[in-house]
Amino acid sequence: MFKDVEHLIRLAAVMAIALVAFVVLRAAIVPHSFGQYGHYRGAAIAEIAARPIGFAGHDACEGCHSDVVDQKKQGKHVVVACEACHGALAKHADDPGSVTPAKLDTAVICARCHEADSAKPKWFPQVLTADHSGGLACDTCHQPHSPKIETQKIETKTKAEGKQ
Amino acid sequence: MEITRRHLLVLLPAAAVGWKFVLAGTPEDAPNYKLSEHWWGMLIDIPKCIGCGSCVRACAQENDVPEGYYRTWVERYHVTDYQLERPQVASPDGGKQGFPPNEIGGKNFFVPKLCNHCADSPCTQVCPVGATFLSPDGVVLVDKTYCLGCRYCIQACPYGCRFLNPKTNTAEKCTLCYHRITKGLTTACCEVCPTGARQLADLKNPKDPIHEFLRTHTVQVLKPQMATGAKVFYDGMDGSVR
Repeated sequence: MFKDVEHLIRLAAVMAIALVAFVVLRAAIVPHSFGQYGHYRGAAIAEIAARPIGFAGHDACEGCHSDVVDQKKQGKHVVVACEACHGALAKHADDPGSVTPAKLDTAVICARCHEADSAKPKWFPQVLTADHSGGLACDTCHQPHSPKIETQKIETKTKAEGKQ
Repeated sequence: MEITRRHLLVLLPAAAVGWKFVLAGTPEDAPNYKLSEHWWGMLIDIPKCIGCGSCVRACAQENDVPEGYYRTWVERYHVTDYQLERPQVASPDGGKQGFPPNEIGGKNFFVPKLCNHCADSPCTQVCPVGATFLSPDGVVLVDKTYCLGCRYCIQACPYGCRFLNPKTNTAEKCTLCYHRITKGLTTACCEVCPTGARQLADLKNPKDPIHEFLRTHTVQVLKPQMATGAKVFYDGMDGSVR
């Protein structure tokens, strides 16, 4: 039928070996989860999700610091999460004994939000810190967790404490 | 152990059942988190943004973002009169340290920016190796063990939300704090936003307040003409915002 048919058989054998090598190599190289959800490595999703958190979230804070939560409820800062000022403290939430947050400098922290800027919405309380406090730390007058200065409240509070 | 024909007949169906669990992958194993039950996005309420930069600092802290690069940033717009096409935009250090005092006339406002986690994302389409993708729960992620660092995706993003991490030489971007939202927490930027200008939204959760908000407010996405299916919704956005 064909002349020199062994040439064709040899060529077919080489192609078969190449095909097997390709299939084996591909199975070895392509990660197991590639294509699980789409044209990417499915296991990458779990790897990205496995990263440890830095911010504990305000629910974690409220578990222990209920006194501060009550204090915040009396003022406008009730909507501000603890870590907005105090920074990322998941490590503190995991191990409150050894990791303690640093004391904040209110002259810097408060100005970040409350320094006057014409781009800030008009409803937001703003001051020019230089004119307003002359460089004094904000917590000289304001209690940061409930910042409104209510003289009447303070007076009644001191009176009540005096009676006890 | 010698496997007889009888043993093999028992083992094969057992292996077939077991294999299904091997294939199932790990994210679905995370307690109470099912990829198919979420479709993440974000709401940015521009009239509430005070440009404090808390989100930018929190993002950098939470995600080890290298100095001088930003996964989220805040822009301050200054628009005079009718010059909507020529806004002056400033974002010193991404707004990380706040903004220098600005007591001027005209229209001024802040716009926080981040990855829009597009449903039809141009950045994932150009990746030659399948290193970046839209996850089944609607978050555009980068597989940094697969990324070649070719920068195609950085060029493709119409919003400038990607950069090449100078340490790893791989593409990096906002993950919508994927490691947090899969654990039931909100993103770092939303956690620290003092006015609630940024809110994480789960568009597949019928109880999420986002649905009521989208129904009752004038909402826009960035560059809608690009048809990227952006899922970061901006409330009260001025026409000058690019």
